[in-house]
Amino acid sequence: MKELLSGNAAIARGAYEAGVTVGAGYPGTPSTEILENFAKYPDIYAQWSPNEKVALEVGAGASIAGARVLVTMKHVGVNVAADPLFTLAYTGVNGGLLLVSADDPGMHSSQNEQDNRFYALMNKIPCLEPADSQEAKDMVGLGLDISEQFDTPVMLRLTTRVSHSQSFVELKEPGPRTLRPYSKDPLKYVMVPAHGRLRRVFLEERTARLKEYSENCPVNFIEWGDRSLGVITSGISYHYVKEVLPRASVLKLGLTNPLPEKLIRAFAAGVAQILVIEELEPFLELQIRALGIAAKGKELLPSYGELSPALMADRLSKAGFPVAREYLAAAAAGQEAAGEPLPGRPPVMCAGCPHRGVFYTLKKLKLIVSGDIGCYTLGSLSPLSAMDTCICMGASIGAALGMEKANPELARRTVAVIGDSTFLHSGVTGLMDVVYNGGTSTVLILDNRTTAMTGHQENPATGTTLLGKPAPEVDLAAVARAVGVNRVRTVDPMNLAELERAVKEEVAAPEPSVIIVRRPCMLLKKNTAAQPVAVDKETCVNCGMCLQLGCPAISRREGKAHITAIQCNGCGLCIQVCKKGALTKRGDENA
Amino acid sequence: MLKPINILLVGVGGQGTILATRVLAKAAQDAGYDIKVSEIKGMAQRGGSVVTQVRLGEKVYSPIISQGGADVILAFEKMEALRWLSYLKPDGHMIVNDQAIPPVPVLTGAAVYPTDCLARVKQAATHTIVVDALNIAIGCGNPRAANVVLIGLLARRLPIAKDTWLQALQARVPEKFLDVNLKAFEKGYAL
Repeated sequence: MKELLSGNAAIARGAYEAGVTVGAGYPGTPSTEILENFAKYPDIYAQWSPNEKVALEVGAGASIAGARVLVTMKHVGVNVAADPLFTLAYTGVNGGLLLVSADDPGMHSSQNEQDNRFYALMNKIPCLEPADSQEAKDMVGLGLDISEQFDTPVMLRLTTRVSHSQSFVELKEPGPRTLRPYSKDPLKYVMVPAHGRLRRVFLEERTARLKEYSENCPVNFIEWGDRSLGVITSGISYHYVKEVLPRASVLKLGLTNPLPEKLIRAFAAGVAQILVIEELEPFLELQIRALGIAAKGKELLPSYGELSPALMADRLSKAGFPVAREYLAAAAAGQEAAGEPLPGRPPVMCAGCPHRGVFYTLKKLKLIVSGDIGCYTLGSLSPLSAMDTCICMGASIGAALGMEKANPELARRTVAVIGDSTFLHSGVTGLMDVVYNGGTSTVLILDNRTTAMTGHQENPATGTTLLGKPAPEVDLAAVARAVGVNRVRTVDPMNLAELERAVKEEVAAPEPSVIIVRRPCMLLKKNTAAQPVAVDKETCVNCGMCLQLGCPAISRREGKAHITAIQCNGCGLCIQVCKKGALTKRGDENA
Repeated sequence: MLKPINILLVGVGGQGTILATRVLAKAAQDAGYDIKVSEIKGMAQRGGSVVTQVRLGEKVYSPIISQGGADVILAFEKMEALRWLSYLKPDGHMIVNDQAIPPVPVLTGAAVYPTDCLARVKQAATHTIVVDALNIAIGCGNPRAANVVLIGLLARRLPIAKDTWLQALQARVPEKFLDVNLKAFEKGYAL
């Protein structure tokens, strides 16, 4: 049976068919839907971990115990999981272990665009790169077979276009799911130096055997065409090559670490010139050139952002390559519409979002805001513009402490802002650091009872698991007290006066404080009965205070504030900022 | 081999472009086409621009459509129609919903919503159809069915049988909204 699936859904299906019984991960675009889809299959176990390191450690244990395992994360999550990964490469596996790294070229929703194929090279583990959903599904089974055959974790490296594009996938019945027997093997699993040295030698032997395997691996194949041009490519770029250079000979690499040296040499010998087309870094190109093969690649195409057929057609035609005529015509026709440039449409906090009042207050108090990763990062955008830093998951607290240590004058002007899921991911260690090293930072934990930005995943503080089972809720206030914070309070961000008072008092206090700002995400519990706010046009003096909230329901019409009733969720924040009392819930107003 | 038909669906988070894409993909699948769909969701739910790309044909490689490469643009919002205009083929069809959703920079007064969106679109694209899908949907009983009014307009212009579209709607639209959406589809199809 054929089904139209996204790359992510195809991977979940592949894991189900290949007998994976344990899945673990941390949500992160573009990887999130893999585990969400996998969790829907029968007779499997799947979980969100507090962060990617723990997820991979759970995966390692499950593999050692004999299960086939799927571990999922976005590219930057692999940084968090890098510590177990580098040693898991030494221990190898019992049941097959597949680590999915979903990279984000073009940074659709990420803070950087690192090319995680280099992790595979550095770890000396195999890397598979699918080009579409069918390959994504097939490479799950293949990767698990390789993992077990060669005693290694395997990386399945996706990109956003593969994760979020849909194409047809042939579904199969699930295969057998048998646990491999567990046996104690300290030489393999206890990585003390003496054992590690033995496994270090094994790593080289394994790499040599993988290289040999790579030569005949079915996902590395040649499509001979015109011999005047040979293209070596991987991942989504393969499909762009087929459209833009339809006559070229193509070496499509699905297993990109380690590379098949003989196959590459044979291909190069069969064509007049070699072009390497890959997204992001010259990962293939550097290694191909190191073989002594003259190849062009990044001198023609950028090593940042996504590739596209249009971009390739433009650059390659200028360099004299035989680009498909329709793409040349398209490049010429694609003119910008004449006239004034258009206003942008940036993402925005939803109407009724509990984060809005927090950033309104922080801006009003002119505080330095050490920010973090989640929906609340939108607080950095105009008109709130209330964020000074955003680096990585959990960085807000450590960075706030660093600011204070560098310049004690900043201590009474700085706050850290972090979400509930992000705090549990890697913020709690930063908080310990503040207490331990005598910091006086004020940390706002924006507890909206979910992992919102990635689409509302459960986390250890929400009381539910990925499989929908009830779970104990982490008590964030108790955690803060337990690490030694004496000043811990909980406020409702919809009460601006209370919130402002709390922030002022805690920032002034010369000791660490935690303010838990608690209100569920508006999208979780939409109050459909809430009455929209109305504007009394007589009272409104057009001061624009309500517009400073950046609420998508509020605009200015004919010199007065205007509330679009169908957008308004009746949160009442604007009523609190209006100094004239012109905003009320008295009546309805048509949009 | 026939060249693929390239369709771009553009709008604003919350307008139902994703459901529209799913109905289109299902109809194309049942009509026997190879399909690629690219759906970068990112922060769509947070009111950002949304674009999905659908390509159907005998054999489709790339999931993305290039500038000047779209046979049809189905625009759910008129400034988005203008924003994506450069993706339309010179002889391509533009179907525009006559609805303005001002983005936050416009709401706060930092930018101005262009008043001449439709004029600029019509000037550049000879085959432009403008439709008030929102009011038609309200007439059908639910403003949220505006997306399916637009799918109705698109359906008439693609080589896929009407019955196939109706089956796709049944397969992809939740049952309690099916009646209003079938009505909305018929209204769009008749235009």
